[in-house]
Amino acid sequence: MSADIESEATSLKKTPLHALHQRLGAKMAGFAGYDMPIQYGLGILKEHLHTRAAAGLFDVSHMGQAWLTGADPAAALERMVPGDLQGLAPGRQRYTQFLNGKGGILDDLMVTRAGEPLGHEGLFVVVNAACKDADFARMETTLAGEAALERIEDRALVALQGPLAASVLSRFADGVDTMPFMSAMRVSVAGVDCLVSRSGYSGEDGYEISIPQNDAMGLSETLLGCAEVEAIGLGARDSLRLEAGLCLYGHDIDEGTTPLEAGLLWSIGKRRREQGGFPGAEIVQAQIRDGVARKRVGILPDGRAPAREGTEILSADGKPIGTVTSGGFGPSVGGPVAMGYVAADFAAAGTPVQLSVRGKLLPAAVQKLPFVEQRYYRG
Amino acid sequence: MSELKFSEEHEWVSVEGDIATIGITNFAQEQLGDVVFVDLPNIGAQVSQGGDAGVVESVKAASEVYTPLSGEVVEVNEDLESSPDLVNSDPEGDGWFFKLRMDDASELDDLMDAAAYKKFCDDNA
Repeated sequence: MSADIESEATSLKKTPLHALHQRLGAKMAGFAGYDMPIQYGLGILKEHLHTRAAAGLFDVSHMGQAWLTGADPAAALERMVPGDLQGLAPGRQRYTQFLNGKGGILDDLMVTRAGEPLGHEGLFVVVNAACKDADFARMETTLAGEAALERIEDRALVALQGPLAASVLSRFADGVDTMPFMSAMRVSVAGVDCLVSRSGYSGEDGYEISIPQNDAMGLSETLLGCAEVEAIGLGARDSLRLEAGLCLYGHDIDEGTTPLEAGLLWSIGKRRREQGGFPGAEIVQAQIRDGVARKRVGILPDGRAPAREGTEILSADGKPIGTVTSGGFGPSVGGPVAMGYVAADFAAAGTPVQLSVRGKLLPAAVQKLPFVEQRYYRG
Repeated sequence: MSELKFSEEHEWVSVEGDIATIGITNFAQEQLGDVVFVDLPNIGAQVSQGGDAGVVESVKAASEVYTPLSGEVVEVNEDLESSPDLVNSDPEGDGWFFKLRMDDASELDDLMDAAAYKKFCDDNA
């Protein structure tokens, strides 16, 4: 993540919660064109552990929110992504990826079929901040005449994550405690008209809450007023998702990686695997049939030294077999954790590997992801 | 122990005889955040002023440590292996990094006293 932090504070955009971050004494830095909180007073380590133990509130308003409407927006958007969107029931959400003609990943996104639970006819789409302008432009071009994109510029987005998130949010909103994982609804939260989904990026139970921007400050303060909730910055967001084995776009997945290589086959439904009809389908289908040459895996270093993004991975006998794409310290693991791509022959859990860190070869092993058990709400 | 002296790279030095103890400053640890790993030089290694002498890693990033003085490394703080958080809790005490036998005590003249270092940090904050 540090590589993405832009030093120039000038011309950075601000989220509706910017003044709150400053009041809370956050360390701010440029991220995807926004001045964002990297950490607050607790620091990354304690913010991370607090989220796993109680609940954390994250400002993710820099991400791109949009409605996609039309006669059949799910069928239309399926021409750009391999996820089964037509199979989504109203109020259900799915993770998928925009692909290029080679099956490479242009961005990853969350798609919700709105319908009656959200009081809207369209699809609710959330994309990465750094990719949103390109994503939305591509959607407008590709889907012209079929579906209309309406960017949502007047809503903040916050995530409330952690084992106590449900108990906190249900104090202010009806029915949120029994929402299934990967579902969404429109609901009043402390009197504010919100779109709430049960999802997130920490590996914990939790919610993402889309809030009218003028109410975002007040509602965030209400949530932070609960004893269980701390404000959490992007630093801990990154370490939480890494332990949870979740991909960060531009690092673990990009235009040069396919969903199969990235271990995201689970996000491609059976009908889509068989029928194709998305960019790069022939390549993805061939990879489903024949396998892939390299795979994304977890890497657990033996010692204490973190292996950062870009670290070369070698076999036990010293052959280069891959590269770390995300790596750092896992506060809940209590030691270094990483993920990266290795040649398929070395992808089995337990395979001993070596990491080239500052000229030293450090022992490590391939580990099944996630490093920390995901604790999503399964009802 | 002498008064601490400081480098522009945010290391501190304390001198006793021809032995200098070196660590990173309170300002540096505040900037880094939670320290999770420190890579120290080998005992017996010869280091030269301004050169690499280790790496300090926080949750979010790795940062080089530069030695403010030239000399031979004679001791490293082995407590940092199991307790890297000492760098946060006592950066200018128990969180020291390494000791070296100075080659040239006149290099100390290149460093700042506490008042000059404070001004340097304020100007660069």
